[in-house]
Amino acid sequence: MTQKQLNGVTIDIDDDGYMTNHAQWNRDVAAALAKELDIELTDGHWRVLDFIDKDFKEKGVVPGMRRMNKIGGIPTKDLYSLFPDGPIKKAAKVAGYPKPVSCV
Amino acid sequence: MKKLLILGAGTSGTMMANRLRKKLPADEWAIAIIDQYPKHYYQPGFLFMPFGIYSEKDVIKPKQKFIPPKVYYIESEIDRIEPDRNRVLLRSGKQFDYDVLILATGVKTAPDQVEGMRGDDWRRRVFDFYTFEGALALHNALRDWNGGKLVVHISEMPIKCPVAPLEFAFLADWWLTERGLRNKTEISYVTPLSGAFTKPIASKVLAHLLEEKGIKVVTDFNVARINNEQHKLVSWDEKEVGYDLLVTVPTNMGDPAIERSGLGDELNLVPTNRHTLQSKQHQNIFVIGDATDLPSSKAGSVAHFESEVLAENIVHYIKGEPLESQFDGHANCFIESGYHKAFLLDFNYDLQPVPGKYPLPFIGPFSLLRETRMNDLGKLAFKWVYWNLLLKGVPMPGVGHHMSRLGKQIPTEAIQPA
Repeated sequence: MTQKQLNGVTIDIDDDGYMTNHAQWNRDVAAALAKELDIELTDGHWRVLDFIDKDFKEKGVVPGMRRMNKIGGIPTKDLYSLFPDGPIKKAAKVAGYPKPVSCV
Repeated sequence: MKKLLILGAGTSGTMMANRLRKKLPADEWAIAIIDQYPKHYYQPGFLFMPFGIYSEKDVIKPKQKFIPPKVYYIESEIDRIEPDRNRVLLRSGKQFDYDVLILATGVKTAPDQVEGMRGDDWRRRVFDFYTFEGALALHNALRDWNGGKLVVHISEMPIKCPVAPLEFAFLADWWLTERGLRNKTEISYVTPLSGAFTKPIASKVLAHLLEEKGIKVVTDFNVARINNEQHKLVSWDEKEVGYDLLVTVPTNMGDPAIERSGLGDELNLVPTNRHTLQSKQHQNIFVIGDATDLPSSKAGSVAHFESEVLAENIVHYIKGEPLESQFDGHANCFIESGYHKAFLLDFNYDLQPVPGKYPLPFIGPFSLLRETRMNDLGKLAFKWVYWNLLLKGVPMPGVGHHMSRLGKQIPTEAIQPA
């Protein structure tokens, strides 16, 4: 585990740059994490991030594409335009949650 | 008389009927099992059908043959479950009350979930081998194969038996080589995962084998649609993979009756306690096998290990005792790799597949995460074990529901946080 500074806040991250302590996350941290991925957060992004946050607190895992679609009401096409190249991984990183694993 | 009702007479439901009829006194507990289809399929056998290794007689027997006496067998489609009234409504209009309900409704392929999958190419150039009809149709298609682009594809996780598509690719490589068609065939393996398999150490071993066999791997491919005119898979980020023959694993979904009952998640899988197998929503509903949302593999071996734990927990529940949190996610699966060889994986929630011996630590006779002829014999013998021991709930020596770490070579990174 390593630490890094983002906008004056210290966050713990794993080898792939995913946050390991969600208590250190806030909306400014999210914006800074997004910037590292060349993403400027808009309302569309926040809709995705808020759904991940709500769903993770409920289920304990980062939702997959189908869940975002069916439960979160976010079309898959939108996910790809908001978080290009691997939307779930990128969105999970910005949302301050662990790297999604397809666990089965 | 109290009533225990089992929905689904596949691998899980049949095992539960057999186990519970032995455990529950017949003068106190009536047991009924409901299924809409008359045929029991040995699903691991579908893999071998396209290559003509197994045929119909190997993989089909009547469901009723495996249901014990003193269990009522009802062939009907389920309309829906009404958990608040403890009853199940059938399509026929009949209804059944229950004291305890077991959901063993499994998952099915849902090719309609991918745009264009059921288009003009379906069963002409696009096949699945997860259904009897699909495996048979693919067998006929392979007989006419003269070479070209063969694409093995997974639409979406989770799927039943996540190693089966890999096995298909390995067996196709062997089959094509024997027929002198391998150098005329380009084989690709297209997956939404970031590697060949879901577990890192095994994924590395399998990726190496794919490379050795000249099978091209395309990872992180999330299919959006199938273009039937140009015979291409197209991903959400507009990547394309062309095919002459596409062997796909469609999205796997829980039974529509689960959705109609409001009991499922986005894939109609039932939220289930991962250690006790009790439904998270209703205390008198238990869930087993592919129908659960557990983070374990969807496989017959998992259902088998679950059935031991669940039979105990049903007895605890009936007696008003606390449930035991015994299920550890234990799975084992053979991986056919062609040329009469196979791998064997043994793992659970906490430990990914590693090298070692199974079922007897240090002795075997099977080798974990290594390619051997003995493992292949095990896979082929498993058909007999399935029909004659497993479905009937006959105990298998050395094969317990608790995964053993003995005799395994375990690097620290193989242990996952629970």
